[in-house]
Amino acid sequence: MLHASGLEKRYGNRRALGAVSFDVDPHGFLVITGPNGSGKSTLLRLCAGLAVPTGGELRIDVARERVGFLAHEALVYRELTALENLDLYGRLYRVEERRERIGMLLERFGLWDARHKRAGAYSRGMLQRLALCRVLLHEPALLVLDEPHSGLDDEGLHLLERELAERREDVTVVVATHEPERVLPFATSRLALG
Amino acid sequence: MSYLADVGALARKDLLLELRSRDTLPAMLLFVLSSFVVFHFVLPTGTDRLAAQGLLWVAIVFTALLGLARAFSAEREQSVLDGLVLATRDLSAIWFGKALSILAFLALAEVVALPVFGLFFGRVELRTVAAVALADLGIAAVGTLLAGMAAASRARELLLPLLFLPLVIPLVIGGVGATVADHPSSYLGLLALYDAVFGLVAWGSFAYVVAE
Amino acid sequence: MTRALRQQRLPILAVVACALMAAAIASIAYVAPVDANQGLSQKIFYFHVPIALTAYAFFAWGAWKALRVLWKRDEAADLESYVAIHQGVIFGVLTLVTGSIWAKISWGVWWAWSSNQLVLFLVLFLFYAAYFMLRYSVDPGPQRANLCAVYALFGVALIPVSFLAIRLANDFIHPTVFTSNGPQMSGRMFFAFCLSWAAMLALAASLYHVELAGKRLDSRLRELREVLAR
Repeated sequence: MLHASGLEKRYGNRRALGAVSFDVDPHGFLVITGPNGSGKSTLLRLCAGLAVPTGGELRIDVARERVGFLAHEALVYRELTALENLDLYGRLYRVEERRERIGMLLERFGLWDARHKRAGAYSRGMLQRLALCRVLLHEPALLVLDEPHSGLDDEGLHLLERELAERREDVTVVVATHEPERVLPFATSRLALG
Repeated sequence: MSYLADVGALARKDLLLELRSRDTLPAMLLFVLSSFVVFHFVLPTGTDRLAAQGLLWVAIVFTALLGLARAFSAEREQSVLDGLVLATRDLSAIWFGKALSILAFLALAEVVALPVFGLFFGRVELRTVAAVALADLGIAAVGTLLAGMAAASRARELLLPLLFLPLVIPLVIGGVGATVADHPSSYLGLLALYDAVFGLVAWGSFAYVVAE
Repeated sequence: MTRALRQQRLPILAVVACALMAAAIASIAYVAPVDANQGLSQKIFYFHVPIALTAYAFFAWGAWKALRVLWKRDEAADLESYVAIHQGVIFGVLTLVTGSIWAKISWGVWWAWSSNQLVLFLVLFLFYAAYFMLRYSVDPGPQRANLCAVYALFGVALIPVSFLAIRLANDFIHPTVFTSNGPQMSGRMFFAFCLSWAAMLALAASLYHVELAGKRLDSRLRELREVLAR
C-alpha cells in the first residue's frame, strides 16, 4: 500500500525528514513515534500526498481522493456549521447518499445536536470529533492520522478506538502519536523517528 | 459535468460565508463610494469630464484589490486549503469557484457604484458598462490566482497589490480606452484578448500554486 | 575532452564576450555611419536596442526554465529561472537608463510616455520587481519554486499583451527600426547592430553563468554547513 525507501524531504537547505524507509501492507497499521521536530508531520503530509519528497522514493497505491487526512487543525470553515462543512466535503468527494452518511457520522460522534452550530463555536474536543467525521466521510482506503489523541476528550478517544477497531479490516492506517500505547494493540509495524 | 458541480459547490460556499460574515462586500461598496467623493475633490473645477471617466478605473481596480485581499482568508484559518486540495479532484476547480465568487462580489459592488458614478460625474455610457464587465472577468481570473500566491507567502496582503497592479495595466488601458476613445471596439477587443489569455494561464497554473 | 570543455566553458564564454564587445565598439565607432538627423548621439541605439532585446531573451529564458520546473519537476531549473529573471531585470533597468538618455538627447526630456518601448520596460520592471518580493517572502522549497515559476510564466504572457495595450494607448513615435518591409538600416548600420547584439548576448550569457555558479556554490556551502552543524 505504501512503500518508502530513503525518503527525504528538504525545504531549501533545511532537512525536515532524512532517509526514512518503511513498507505498509494493505490493511497494515503503521505507528510513527518520535520527539517534536523529528519530521513526523512532514512524513504524514508526504503520505497524504500533500507534499512531494525531495529525495528517495515514495509509492502510494491509492488515489489522493481515497486518503483521509487528520491534521493538527480541523480543516473546516469556522464560519460554517458542522453540517455545511461536511456537506461541502461530501460534494467534493462525491459521496453517495451524502445526507444519510453525514447524519450517521454526526450521530456516531455525538455532534448531531450541534449540527447547526458554527464550527468556530465548537470546543477543542468537538472540533477534533468534527475533523474525524470529515476524515471518515468518504470511506477512505488510507487513513493518515497526525496526533489523533491530542484534543480529544475521553468520549472522543473511546469513539476513535471503536472506529479503528471496527474498520480494522478495510483500511490501511498511518498514525503519528505521542501516546503509542493507545494504538499499539492495532499496530502491525512501528517507526521511530529522530 | 461533475467538474462544474465541484465549482458550484465551492462558489456556493464562498457566497454562504459572505452572507454569514458580511465583511467583504460592504467594505468594497463603502470603499468605492468613498473613493468617488475623494475624486470629486481631486478634480479641480472645470476639469474635463474625461478625467473622471479615467478615475472610474482607478476605483474599480482598487475596489477589486480590497476584495481580493480577503479572498483566501477563510481558507487560511484552520488551513482549510489542505482539506480542499485533498478533496477536489481537479484543483483548478478551487480557482474557478473562487474566481466566480470574486466576480459576483465585484459585479454586485459595481451594480451600485456605476449608477452612483453616473449621478456624480455624468452619464455612464453603455460601452463603459461593457468594458467594466469584460475587465471584471480578467480581474477575477488573475486576481484569484495572485491572491492564492499572496496567501502562501509571509507578506500576504502587502504582496498582493505589488503582484496585481503591473499585471492589470493592460486592463486599465483597455478599460479607459473603451470608455473615452472615439472607436472603443479595438479596446474592447484588447479586454477580451486579455481575459482569454490570462484566464487560460491562471486556470492551467493554479494547481501549482496550492499544491507542491 | 567534452568534460574539460564544459569546465572551461565560462572562461571561454567570457573571452568570446570581451572580444565581441571590443569588435562591436570598434564597428560602432568606425563602421556605422553617423546619423544624418541625430548625429553622433544616435549611436546609443547600438547599445539601447541590443540591451532591450537581451532583456527580453532573459525573460523568455526564465519562463522556459519556469516551465521546466512545473512540467518536469526539474529542481535545478528553479535557480536558473531566478538567475535569468534577475539578469533580465538588470538589463531592463539598463534599457530604461539608456532609453532615458536617448530621450533626453533627441526630445529634450528624460522621460517620454509617448515612447512605447520605455513604458513597456517600466511595466515589466515593476512586474519583475514584484517577482523578487514574492520569492523572498516564501520559504525555500517546492512551493516557492512553483509560485515563482507560475509568476514567471505570467510574465511572458504579459509582454505581448502589454505591448499591444501600450501601442493602442499611444501613437508609435519611437524611431521605427524594423518595418514590415524589412530593416530600414543600411548594410553598415545593420552589421554594427548585429555585431553589438551578438556581443551583448555573449556578455549576458557570461554574466548568467557567473551568477549561476556563484549561487550554486553558495547553496552547496549552506548544505555543508548544515551537515557540519548536525
